[in-house]
Amino acid sequence: MAAPATRIRSVPAPTPTRPALSDPRWLRGLLLTLTLGFIALFLLLPLAVVFGEAFAAGVGAYFASFADPDAIAAIKLTFTAAAIAVPLNVVFGVATAWAVTKFEFRGKSLLITFIDLPFAISPVIAGLIYVLMFGLHGWIGPWLDAHDIQIIFAVPGIVLATIFVTVPFVARELIPLMQAQGTDEELAALTLGASGWQIFRRVTLPNIRWGLLYGVILCNARAMGEFGAVSVVSGHIRGMTNTMPLHVEILYNEYNLQAAFAVASLLTLLALLSLFLKSLVEWRHARSSRAH
Amino acid sequence: MNFRIPLFAALVALAPGLASAKNVRLLNVSYDPTREFYVEFNKAFATHWKAKTGDTVTVQQSHGGSSKQARSVIDGLGADVVTLALSADIDAIAERTGRIPADWQTRLPAASTPYTSTIVFLVRKGNPLGIKDWDDLVKPGVSVITANPKTSGAARWSYLAAWAYAKHRYGSDDAARDFVTTLYKRVPVLDSGARGSTITFTQRGIGDVFLSWENEAFLALKERGEGEFEIVVPSLSVLAQPPVALVEANAKRKGNLEVAQAYLDYLYSPDGQRLAARHYYRPQHPEHADAADAARFPELERVTVDEEFGGWANAQATHFADGGVFDQIYGGK
Amino acid sequence: MSTAAPVIATRRIIPGFGLTLGFALAYLGLVVLLPLSATFIRSADLSAAEWWAAVSSPRVVASYRLTFGVSLLAALANVVFGVIAAWVLVRYRFPGRRLVDALVDLPFALPTAVAGIALTALYAPNGWLGAPLAKIGPEGIKVAYTALGVWVALTFIGLPFVIRTVQPVLEELEPELEEAAASLGATRLQTLWRVVLPALRPSILTGFALAFARAVGEYGSVVFIAGNMPMKTEITPLLIVTKLEQYDYAGATALAVAMLVVSFALLLLINVLQLWSRRQGQ
Repeated sequence: MAAPATRIRSVPAPTPTRPALSDPRWLRGLLLTLTLGFIALFLLLPLAVVFGEAFAAGVGAYFASFADPDAIAAIKLTFTAAAIAVPLNVVFGVATAWAVTKFEFRGKSLLITFIDLPFAISPVIAGLIYVLMFGLHGWIGPWLDAHDIQIIFAVPGIVLATIFVTVPFVARELIPLMQAQGTDEELAALTLGASGWQIFRRVTLPNIRWGLLYGVILCNARAMGEFGAVSVVSGHIRGMTNTMPLHVEILYNEYNLQAAFAVASLLTLLALLSLFLKSLVEWRHARSSRAH
Repeated sequence: MNFRIPLFAALVALAPGLASAKNVRLLNVSYDPTREFYVEFNKAFATHWKAKTGDTVTVQQSHGGSSKQARSVIDGLGADVVTLALSADIDAIAERTGRIPADWQTRLPAASTPYTSTIVFLVRKGNPLGIKDWDDLVKPGVSVITANPKTSGAARWSYLAAWAYAKHRYGSDDAARDFVTTLYKRVPVLDSGARGSTITFTQRGIGDVFLSWENEAFLALKERGEGEFEIVVPSLSVLAQPPVALVEANAKRKGNLEVAQAYLDYLYSPDGQRLAARHYYRPQHPEHADAADAARFPELERVTVDEEFGGWANAQATHFADGGVFDQIYGGK
Repeated sequence: MSTAAPVIATRRIIPGFGLTLGFALAYLGLVVLLPLSATFIRSADLSAAEWWAAVSSPRVVASYRLTFGVSLLAALANVVFGVIAAWVLVRYRFPGRRLVDALVDLPFALPTAVAGIALTALYAPNGWLGAPLAKIGPEGIKVAYTALGVWVALTFIGLPFVIRTVQPVLEELEPELEEAAASLGATRLQTLWRVVLPALRPSILTGFALAFARAVGEYGSVVFIAGNMPMKTEITPLLIVTKLEQYDYAGATALAVAMLVVSFALLLLINVLQLWSRRQGQ
């Protein structure tokens, strides 16, 4: 399983009112304290630090951090990489889910395991493999060099590394969903004479749209935040091949902690936005499935 | 694209007069502590080049640990010039890619080092532990910050400085080895680059002494205010020679040969030397430095790697290669 | 997963088999498998003995011990707190519950570099938490730049997994079981321990394995907080980077292959666990 939240959950069970199902008061208190304490310590405090440090030198300094042309270039590059990687992985995810859930074929389990692989692989290795492929001493590096094509240490390498680490997300979201929905509706459409594309457009897509959106949100969040893999293939050229997470590291290493945390806070806001959208999708999905 | 309109306006304005003016992009791949220096130097060079040829040159910078940067150039990063922490890293590029001529170090004056530096100690305000020289670092209870010599240029210079001191003081390589072994027992954090260890010492408050590039130490004083740290100059240190080289094959391919060569030459010009001194590098021609800048550099004995260790290739193979002395000290393979 | 597919005898009736599978395989092959195979082939530059020497030197073994040991401890911590948090989120109603529920995925959405600098700033000896911790006891408790710091980062990274795998199972748990246990005279704690927990076991294991797999490969958040001391706080992915920076490509790929094999084995284990948990559920 790729994503931590791969399942779109239905509406939570109603509060058990039956006495046999309620925990003693002391236990409730203990567990609630433990949970909130754990969440506060591990989630809220790091969040507070990011914003605290970002605004440490005042609001003016905070916004000044984004006026730096290198910061703007990093923001643009991050969005560009995500804008290429996410749609490609959406097409891949939909095609894979279609193949895996609508047909039986040999080696299907193996295929699914391979889709998961980028999730379990260290991002450093993800970067390394592209160096081994496209580096000057790599497989096709000499040929690329002879034809003056730059892959690593340029935007294509960053896009490739981003694609690699986000390959599983859309596919992993759609496969269980489309499996649960089965193929009845598609078969019915087929007997009515619909073409493959029509079936997908009119029957499947409306059924999977929430799951798809959910996968896109997760995929996008990871694409914008990738650090390890991108760091290996970037070359760190300022204003050219630094993404936002790499720019954070650079600022951090330049006695410019406040600006580092300011850019980090922008990434954090994007992450929080993802979480908000994700909750919204869950909520809408729960509503629409109740309406059915 | 928010730069289109001003650019277009500029082109329209300049078009009649400077029809032949070119826009040139140069990539300088450098190591960590030169960031501030090259920001200013690049501006100065752009002005100089504009006045001389009418071309607009934009110098792009990439910074990181010296070996990491060399590795990127080896793997195909299209640097026109490299300005790294030590000659072994440029040798590695020359040897593995052939894009830099093997005799690169003889192509520019002073063994291709327009500025030098050394390793000094940065201590906390008031020098509470009374650190004066290398011997004070190995005392029990002292915590020393330095980076990993296998990946950081500064850390390699620091290691060799400590070794040279102990060898001079105690007379043998064995004694030096014992000294360095004890020294690394005092190190609680080993960052992979010089900048990482600067942050560890200055921002995170770890350690009593930081083995630092002289220019990094001055920069830390400037950035963090004079009140927080003090520089301690040991009796003996190393003559650190961060060299520069033209990556000929890359520059030629991009048609940048002339401007890249001029860029490196400009480092030796009065302007370049003055800026180096301003950013705490010791210029090869101190006469070009502002008097106040030149006066900041303390006198100390600086030994060279060539005399003490038989050159960088030798030092690298003996001490920092896999299975070398540093690995043995750390109990690695 | 494929085994649970309710696809019966629709073999190739629906159009698009060749197109979608062909695209999926081509894409996966180009983006994932071909580059991955480069690692295996590059590490074949080494003889078997050299390869073994590269992946079994004392410094490398020390990094395995740290990487796998601390990942294990972090995944265990996530099991304990994850099960509790899932229980609280599913069964209790309290103000801010939805907010907490949404926040659980933060470590997944937050870039690891941001997590790294935030945790380091928090736990450094002069940080918000690091400063008070340093005053505890004669030596003080040090978090940043020790194995404990690595544990904090890996616990953060793995936090969502157990919660998110246990939560849906808990939601679908039949209350009748608990009522039956209660009517047979079991105390509430006995019911939780003997009835509820066993039903959650497969999902807990899956969550544990996911958190563990994620922790083993983590790089961005750990390098900032680890201290990176050879033999002590150096993780295996960092060692790969270090080897690369010494131009030791063969050594780096040898380590990468060793880690890849472990990742793949973990994935297979996870898939088997999920299969098992589905069987249990049926």
